[in-house]
Amino acid sequence: MSYRQNIQLTADKNLKHFLSIEGLPRAMLMQILDTAETFSSVGERAVKKVPILRGKTIVNLFFENSTRTRTTFELAAKRLSADVLNLNIAMSATSKGESLLDTLSNLEAMQSDMFVVRHAQSGAAHFIAKNSPEHISVINAGDGCHEHPTQAMLDMFTIRRHFGDFYPLKVAIVGDILHSRVARSQIHALTTLGANEVRVIAPKTLIPANIESMGVHVYHDMRKGLTDVDVVIILRLQKERMGGAFLPSVQEYFQAYGLTEEKLAYAKDSAIVMHPGPINRGVEIASSIADGPRSVILEQVTNGIAVRMAVMSMTMGSYSAPLSTDQSLSANKRGASS
Amino acid sequence: MNILIKNGRVLNPATSFDKRVDVFISDGKFVGIGEMPAGFVADKEIDATGKYVLPGIVDLCARLREPGYEYKATIASETAAAASAGVTTLCCPPDSIPIVDNPTVVEMISHRSAQVNKARVVSIGALTQQLEGTKISEMMALKNAGVVGVGNALRPVENTLVMRRAMEYAASCDMTVFIFAEDKWLKGDGCANEGAVSTRMGLTGIPEIAETIAVARDLALIEQTGVRAHFCCLSSAKAERLVARAQHDGLPVTADVSAHQLHLTDMEIGAFDAQYHVHPPLRTMRDREGLRKGLKLRAISAICSDHQPHDVDAKIGPFSDTEPGISAVETLLPLTMRLVESGDLSLLDAVACVTFEPARILGLPVGRIEKDAIADVCIYDPDIVWQLNDQTMKSAGLNTPFKGWEFEGKVTHTLLNGQLVFSL
Repeated sequence: MSYRQNIQLTADKNLKHFLSIEGLPRAMLMQILDTAETFSSVGERAVKKVPILRGKTIVNLFFENSTRTRTTFELAAKRLSADVLNLNIAMSATSKGESLLDTLSNLEAMQSDMFVVRHAQSGAAHFIAKNSPEHISVINAGDGCHEHPTQAMLDMFTIRRHFGDFYPLKVAIVGDILHSRVARSQIHALTTLGANEVRVIAPKTLIPANIESMGVHVYHDMRKGLTDVDVVIILRLQKERMGGAFLPSVQEYFQAYGLTEEKLAYAKDSAIVMHPGPINRGVEIASSIADGPRSVILEQVTNGIAVRMAVMSMTMGSYSAPLSTDQSLSANKRGASS
Repeated sequence: MNILIKNGRVLNPATSFDKRVDVFISDGKFVGIGEMPAGFVADKEIDATGKYVLPGIVDLCARLREPGYEYKATIASETAAAASAGVTTLCCPPDSIPIVDNPTVVEMISHRSAQVNKARVVSIGALTQQLEGTKISEMMALKNAGVVGVGNALRPVENTLVMRRAMEYAASCDMTVFIFAEDKWLKGDGCANEGAVSTRMGLTGIPEIAETIAVARDLALIEQTGVRAHFCCLSSAKAERLVARAQHDGLPVTADVSAHQLHLTDMEIGAFDAQYHVHPPLRTMRDREGLRKGLKLRAISAICSDHQPHDVDAKIGPFSDTEPGISAVETLLPLTMRLVESGDLSLLDAVACVTFEPARILGLPVGRIEKDAIADVCIYDPDIVWQLNDQTMKSAGLNTPFKGWEFEGKVTHTLLNGQLVFSL
């Protein structure tokens, strides 16, 4: 029989790897947010550096192209004074027939301490964590359609900064839920942190089977789905989904699911608009909203650095904020949802 | 060579025979069950006190990896593993390299297995040339070479007209068509059951309808063409229902299920454990119960191993990059016997599912312990407790999610054509 051990945690329940939001307790997510809070001031200083990971080697292992995520991971590592190696493997060894494990063994032989991994296959980060030696921590920077946990945590960080608390919030996630690792991580994070309601809005072609089992409500109508929400999260629509059997055209998608002023009016007046970037203007979001006062898209990018610093220092066992003792939160009965 | 198997509990599902009697074997055949033939002098005696004497196990679906994938396993390695697990007849799908679409390959496989002489190996011939689904194969020639049926392995024929013609031709040859039912488009590049688990894990799903649509289509074609057909490795409860209804309507169809589908669900995939990557995928608890019920009601009459031994590398990698399949021939009988323990099947019915019934589907005169029948025997000690692990496994493929499972009951002797091919 298979038994499941949580490979993300050490024996004494500290963060060892950061692979998925699923499986992490609420207290751990709060601790990540609190730790990120202490790091967020580093970027505002004249000398944007702390010596927490001095002498450590972090390898950014990107099997899929990425600019933003890789850059913020690199920046986060550098602000923690680590040495950073960027490997763009999408066009390197594996295309020469080297296996994933061989690539890893070579990097281990270079005495790395941490792998930040992005890969096109779901479960790749788990696979790498399982097959790496004890001293290496693995951070998932996006695996297939599975999870992108640092993105979700920076979104949670941004939401908490705006609202202070998750319990009263109604959050709508709009777009290609089916292929989105970001959405999955966000859903796990929001339900674990106790958001009042999580909705997903998309045509049926982009909603994965039994998504309700993750604790969300499904809407196919943008206006109904946005009604009274506090947070609107727009997902990036990959161009390759167009013109196939998922969606007929960009124009029709924008008309039905693109975020416009008219549709946003259904949300609460205080609602914020988020997007993991990079945005497709006029496809999933109107420019006037992306650049407008309710957009927090650039804040998300800035917060991404502090959150990634937090996750890096926590998985390396170097620094973490004390466990949250916030009574108003821990007293709330809704707690972590299943 | 005369062999006497003494004092065992003999189970012959074909006649619902269940008695403690002696079994007499001479020149590869049973010559007496309970009654010693006149003048019988045993050259060898096997004491089966406290043990079951079963017909040799018949496995409807086992890939031995030879020819073509000898780096994974060979006819020699896998027939030896089969013998150690009481399996005396193995039926191979046609998707080896070269593909079994001409008599030469059929003869090569039976020649190699005869050389090794650990288990009887029979082949299913390709339904279409090169399994490409465009031109029907030389079924007459394949039949003359000894194939037990025709099928298109894991590459279901897409073109409905070709499938209809292939069925009509197979019916003319009086051959059974073995069908792995799956709609290629709905399967896509899926690697796990479409549902809550695949959604959480971000794995591309294979929906249940990929199977039910294909079963429904082929049932309509079976009705049209009148061909005898067998559905291999059903994975969903709904497909089982479709087959049951067709049987009720009098269609000449049978079905089997792989042993792992009766014990595992997609929940077990856990943290992307590639040992649970199988095709068709592990489905839900409801499907597992439905398949068990199908066995009980006999809509599904046989259990196969769907044996797919792999080299180590095949299972190393992110889940969807790994090759599907379980090295399963050694767990066929143990997992089937577990259904007796759990109360899902009677002992006789469980034995029937892996002996008499699959033999009947293959049209082979094996799977029974009766006077004058071929003396394939599996002697099983129900009291030996053992654990499946790398040390106890004999197959060249060590890929199985059942490692660490403890089983009560083990094969102690296997006889093929009246010859002892394995003893513990």
